Amino acid sequence: MMKSRRSFLKISGACLLGLGVKPVLNAFAQAERMEIAPNPNALRAGRWALVVDITKCRDDCTDCINACNRAHNIPDLGRTKEEVKWIWNESYEHAFPGVEHEFVEERVKHQPFMVLCNHCDNPPCVRVCPVQATWKREDGIVMMDFHRCIGCRCCMAACPYGSRSFNWTDPRPYIPEGRMNPDFPTRTKGVVEKCNFCVERLAKGLQPACVESCSSGVLTFGDLDDPNSEVRKVLGERYSIQRKPELGTRPRVYYIL
Amino acid sequence: MYDGGKIIAGLVIFLGVVTFPFWYTQANEEAIEKPQLLLPADETECVEPTAYMRASHMQMLNEWRDFVVREGQATYLSSTGKMYEMSLTRTCMKCHTSRQEFCNKCHAYSGVSTPYCWDCHVEPKESA
Amino acid sequence: MLEKAFYGSRSYYAWILFLLIVIGAGAGCYAYQLVDGLRITGMGRDISWGLYIAQLTFLVGVAASAVMVVIPYYLHNYKAFGKITVLGEFLAVSAVTMCGLFVIVDLGTPARAFNLILYPTPNSILFWDMIVLNMYLVLNIVIAWNVLSAERKSTPPPGWVKPLIYLSIPWAVSIHTVTAFLYAGLPGRHLWLTAILAVRFLGSAFAAGPSLLILLCLLVRKVSKFDPGREAIQSLAKIVTYALIASIFFVGLEFFTAYYSQVPGHIHSLEYLYFGLEGHAKLVPWMRISALLAIVALVFLVNPATRRNEKTLAVAAALTFISLWIEKGLGLVLAGFIPNPFEHITEYSPTAPELMITFAIYAIGLLILTVLYKVAISVKEEAA
Repeated sequence: MMKSRRSFLKISGACLLGLGVKPVLNAFAQAERMEIAPNPNALRAGRWALVVDITKCRDDCTDCINACNRAHNIPDLGRTKEEVKWIWNESYEHAFPGVEHEFVEERVKHQPFMVLCNHCDNPPCVRVCPVQATWKREDGIVMMDFHRCIGCRCCMAACPYGSRSFNWTDPRPYIPEGRMNPDFPTRTKGVVEKCNFCVERLAKGLQPACVESCSSGVLTFGDLDDPNSEVRKVLGERYSIQRKPELGTRPRVYYIL
Repeated sequence: MYDGGKIIAGLVIFLGVVTFPFWYTQANEEAIEKPQLLLPADETECVEPTAYMRASHMQMLNEWRDFVVREGQATYLSSTGKMYEMSLTRTCMKCHTSRQEFCNKCHAYSGVSTPYCWDCHVEPKESA
Repeated sequence: MLEKAFYGSRSYYAWILFLLIVIGAGAGCYAYQLVDGLRITGMGRDISWGLYIAQLTFLVGVAASAVMVVIPYYLHNYKAFGKITVLGEFLAVSAVTMCGLFVIVDLGTPARAFNLILYPTPNSILFWDMIVLNMYLVLNIVIAWNVLSAERKSTPPPGWVKPLIYLSIPWAVSIHTVTAFLYAGLPGRHLWLTAILAVRFLGSAFAAGPSLLILLCLLVRKVSKFDPGREAIQSLAKIVTYALIASIFFVGLEFFTAYYSQVPGHIHSLEYLYFGLEGHAKLVPWMRISALLAIVALVFLVNPATRRNEKTLAVAAALTFISLWIEKGLGLVLAGFIPNPFEHITEYSPTAPELMITFAIYAIGLLILTVLYKVAISVKEEAA
């Protein structure tokens, strides 16, 4: 009896070891089988960034928000606690708490500020994710894998910008009639989502949907690592601020007031 | 051994119940109809040979997913040297237009639960 | 030994049946949550962790507090705790199990929970929390079960148990430290972003856990022939006293830092909790009751006459437990999200299904505790 228990334990041990080795074997198997080719049209950058020139932004305009909502099948849950948002408006005092004061210029005080994921250079959300469902790509975009997310919401607690939304329920019934974009997946209940700087459009050589939709020239999107890029030019010429820079997250969305 | 007879009888019944699906399909093999899959009308060749696709499409879809989402790579170079966009809705479903007539039918036949791809990915025709 | 759990009085079975009914009702609500999503809870985009994660935080403390009986007995050879170490360890088993369940019910996609193991991520605190909590569970089951079996056979426990016991001591500290790190390392959540959070957690844990253990000891003496002993209970009372003082002191430190520095971010959440912020004050009555209970309990505990009287001690233990449950199992987690990163204020109340799921997990914990204590007490009654 003792002997059989011993061998049972041995076999169990071997099985466990096998499970541990399997991912390694899988990696080799993949390398052998899969081949990919680079896409020549894709837009590339060392570090993507977005500059928002608030002085050009029109008060009643929501083109960028609408374009984003359409491009990414963002459900319309109304102003509820379960709301899903990628780009939305906040007032100056809420977008930049701690920076506002009572004598701020009237224009700025009443100006809507478009806010979105800052694609931080040092993203706290990435640090806390226990399953690597969110990570920083080489081009600086903080990306989400909706297939991997377990919905623990650590990233929502970690994001100091309130940029992350959780799908408290199945979003599909809340996507307005006739607005479904078949090229972008909807999400399932129980996963977190946020702005992805339109990686799916960059891969095809297109600018982000918000940038493309803006007819007032508010938004400039480009590569911070390229000294000749449009964003570097704008940032070099005008004074810009970031949201909560004191937290060390190094946001990649800049605001010109 | 106390109550040996009862224990053995119990074991036999247990084994019988557990293996029932195997006996049942063995006995009814003729009665179970092979699924009639809707194959693409104007395309004769999939991204990889049929046998490979039949056996390994799930691994391939997983790998495609990881390449597109995690590596930011969107183009697949097949063993026949052709390039394809790694996309469920734009590549796979361009030919296999009906999830119901292709995916679901075979999954039902093999007793594999329908995958939840379409909980998120939009079937092309749905959007028309 | 487990068979002992099947022989009990009518009231024992009635209690088990009651717990099973609560668990059944909670399971129904959880099924509803699985189908409809976490929208059935009171959580939302601003308050994205609620009652579930707050209970996890509180119960990790209860689990860690087992170390308060293990250290005196195994490191300092304090014999009076010999009778109750197993009770402390079984309490830890029950509490850690509840912690695990609270994490699982809080997941948006629990079917993918194994991703935690498939994609191990050392930079994530939740990953480490999973490891330390599971390991602590195993340690306590193995230790308590072996020590109890040995006691039953009137033999010393096997030699290999001793190193595990020593390991369990720092491990208990680690579970609560790691749980504090879930909060204390997040930029922009000022209430949590404090270096003393881990010791604050340990302080309140070592008051709340032993309080519960005092109540359980008194209960055990009432319903069985096993007496945990007056001396053991009195020693626990002293532990609770010191830990409660430390816990209150730590909260005071938070108040000093916030209000003397006058940094708005540090004041906001405390203001919300104890005084109300911009007209929002849902938690104020709770937090004030918590503070009041802590002070009353402290008076009872510090005064030797009321501490030695087991009736007033029981009251003090109950007040301590309730006070700290409010402070940690309600206020600390929720107020971390108030105000939100835009300095908007959203308040939170749990919904009925959310409460039912919470009760059911507590019922599972009580069921585990009841069964394990039944076994332990039966063994001890036999040995006596």
